[in-house]
Amino acid sequence: MDLNYTPAQNAFRAEVRDWLHSHVPRQPFASYDTREGFEQHRRWEATLAEGGWSSVTWPRELGGRGCGLIEWLIFEEEYWTLDAPQRINQNGILLLGPTLMEFGTTEQKARFLPRMARCEHMWAQGWSEPNAGSDMAAISSRAIRDGDHFVVNGQKTWSTRAMFANWLFGLFRSDPQSSRHHGLSYLLVPLDTPGITVRPIRALNGKQAFAEVFFDDVRVSDDNLIGEEGQGWNVAMATAGFERGLLLRSPARFQRAAQKLLQLYRKHQASADRDPSIREAVLRAWMGAEAYTLASYHTVGRLNRGESIGAEASTNKIFWSELDLQLHETAMRILGPRAELSDDPEVHDWLEGFLFAQAGPIYAGSNEIQRNIIAERVLGLPKS
Amino acid sequence: MDFTFSEDQIALRDSVSRLLMTEAAPETLREVWETDAGRSPELRRKIAEQGLTGLSVPEAEGGLGMGDMDWALMTQELGYYAIPDSLADTACIAAGMLAGLPGGHTLRSIWLPRIVAGSCRIAVGHPVNPWVADAHLADLLLLPNATAEGLELHAVTGDQVQLTPLRSIDASRRLADVRWQPSEASRVADAANAQPLWDAALARGALCAAGQMVGLAQRMLDLSVDYAAQRKQFGKPIGSFQAVKHHLADVVTRIEFAKPVLYRAVSALNASAADLAVRVAHAKLACSDAAWTAARKGIQVHGAMGYTWEVDLQMFMKRAWALDAAWGDRSFHQARLLPLLEVPEWSGPGATFR
Repeated sequence: MDLNYTPAQNAFRAEVRDWLHSHVPRQPFASYDTREGFEQHRRWEATLAEGGWSSVTWPRELGGRGCGLIEWLIFEEEYWTLDAPQRINQNGILLLGPTLMEFGTTEQKARFLPRMARCEHMWAQGWSEPNAGSDMAAISSRAIRDGDHFVVNGQKTWSTRAMFANWLFGLFRSDPQSSRHHGLSYLLVPLDTPGITVRPIRALNGKQAFAEVFFDDVRVSDDNLIGEEGQGWNVAMATAGFERGLLLRSPARFQRAAQKLLQLYRKHQASADRDPSIREAVLRAWMGAEAYTLASYHTVGRLNRGESIGAEASTNKIFWSELDLQLHETAMRILGPRAELSDDPEVHDWLEGFLFAQAGPIYAGSNEIQRNIIAERVLGLPKS
Repeated sequence: MDFTFSEDQIALRDSVSRLLMTEAAPETLREVWETDAGRSPELRRKIAEQGLTGLSVPEAEGGLGMGDMDWALMTQELGYYAIPDSLADTACIAAGMLAGLPGGHTLRSIWLPRIVAGSCRIAVGHPVNPWVADAHLADLLLLPNATAEGLELHAVTGDQVQLTPLRSIDASRRLADVRWQPSEASRVADAANAQPLWDAALARGALCAAGQMVGLAQRMLDLSVDYAAQRKQFGKPIGSFQAVKHHLADVVTRIEFAKPVLYRAVSALNASAADLAVRVAHAKLACSDAAWTAARKGIQVHGAMGYTWEVDLQMFMKRAWALDAAWGDRSFHQARLLPLLEVPEWSGPGATFR
């Protein structure tokens, strides 16, 4: 155990800080779930890519910095300290990127990864269907081979960012005789292909945060098949593993929120202290953010020692999603009657965060599914 | 930056675990706990042979010269196998206080080698605890004497105190109200010199309790998983039902997010960090939370069997309930988090290892 950053890590932190100080926009952007805001965020992603900051853990030849995971934690700490813009291509960078690195051909890696880093390709997810939510193996959208193409028919839903993205990755049934997790294929689909219709779904905050995607005889080249035909489930499970794992929600995000919560409490202490449980909730929120950070550093250490993260990654998803609720619920309690005023400048971000936090225990594999995974794969309890 | 244990540290932990698995089985402990003394000299001798009693005693005094971080692994084993208070109190907390005395101090040179040899028991009467654990067999007691200048440190032998035993719900506990007479001869350190020793003892005591509670939580989880896998209802193991699975998954999550907090608090103790009290409070609260949850979920999963004397779960639940308020209860540690509101640099991204 050595709890000091190396001189190189300290130098890296200084470099990140300098770059961010001179590049992070002074004025906050519009919501990325609007056309205008999405474009602002996309340009910011391109700026990050030019600086080589899209994904510090990616290899240099793919637009990253070839850094380790401690450097990733450092980058995130500096990024969140400055309230830099939300990242909008994380579907690609965190989910599809690692999958391509593991399962993609050399040609596919060269074609997709640098464009992903530069944000020429903005990625949406194509997992859920109206009848395949938590039960993802119930997927029925088809991709039937026709020569060197697949013909895709069906419907995907809850596709985050699909309103403004230009590519979609997802899972389709390529063997019509198959059932459950057999006979599925992992495809990359350009969203401007004829036969695709994208219809927005308004989220709790009224914005077009996700969409339904309809496929009507959509022809997709088999150059865009990731892994082997019919083996898509295994490829997708690897992606789901990354998503639930370490990178999706960096600890710095919650440390920043906890810090702001402490500040909010101090500012409104006179009114908040009328209910002594509020102060306890504030301290508990700090404890949660700190515990999540410490657990992340511990996990990174284990990975650096050559261990792998298994099903215990599911504890991460449960922990951060419940922490996010706790942080924002506490802020709402401090704000009291004003908490419903969505245009109030002090309220706005807390309220948006509160609404978004409601989704945390549902997306990326509901927390019920995560608890099943922990019980079955960590504790070895029998399947139901 | 490497927030993990070395292979050597893990190997030592594993060897202690193997020893306790064979030597401290629940049926053995039940027999020992039913005796008046409640302690097994035989078990203490075997633990000493393994080197555990000398773990953090300086090498000059015959110990292994390791540190509190190693104890953070060991206390989890002590909790997992429900080893009574005397071991951690003697070999970690009292050893830490004695090693904090100036080099060459007679108390140090007499007692530290005895701790290593496993031939003595030392009880610590920290003012945060209303009663003293394992005073009844103590060869030496380290006790506070409140004066106008502050809290002095005194040392008295077992024959110099009068004890009134108190029964605990935890059958392994041996608590006593201690009456004694401070004197010039018994004073080890005046208030100014004693305060840092008492502060370190509080941190160490709370972290020992925290480590044991994580270990207890893991044991209660393991017992509950075993039970849920073999107990059948509706023609299936009850562990196949989601309601039962989710109880146990919650315990896993509490444990996983308590351990790193414990380790960070230990590093603050090693560094005598300014935020030590905050870190220790966080660790004690997080580990209490894990143990408390493991007990509640554990008894629920065990059903009526969990409410019996016969099933071993009760041994570990009761120990967890007792340790929950030992070395500072929840409100004590909750209050020690308050400086967070006054020191901005203790929160925010990047504050964790600053």
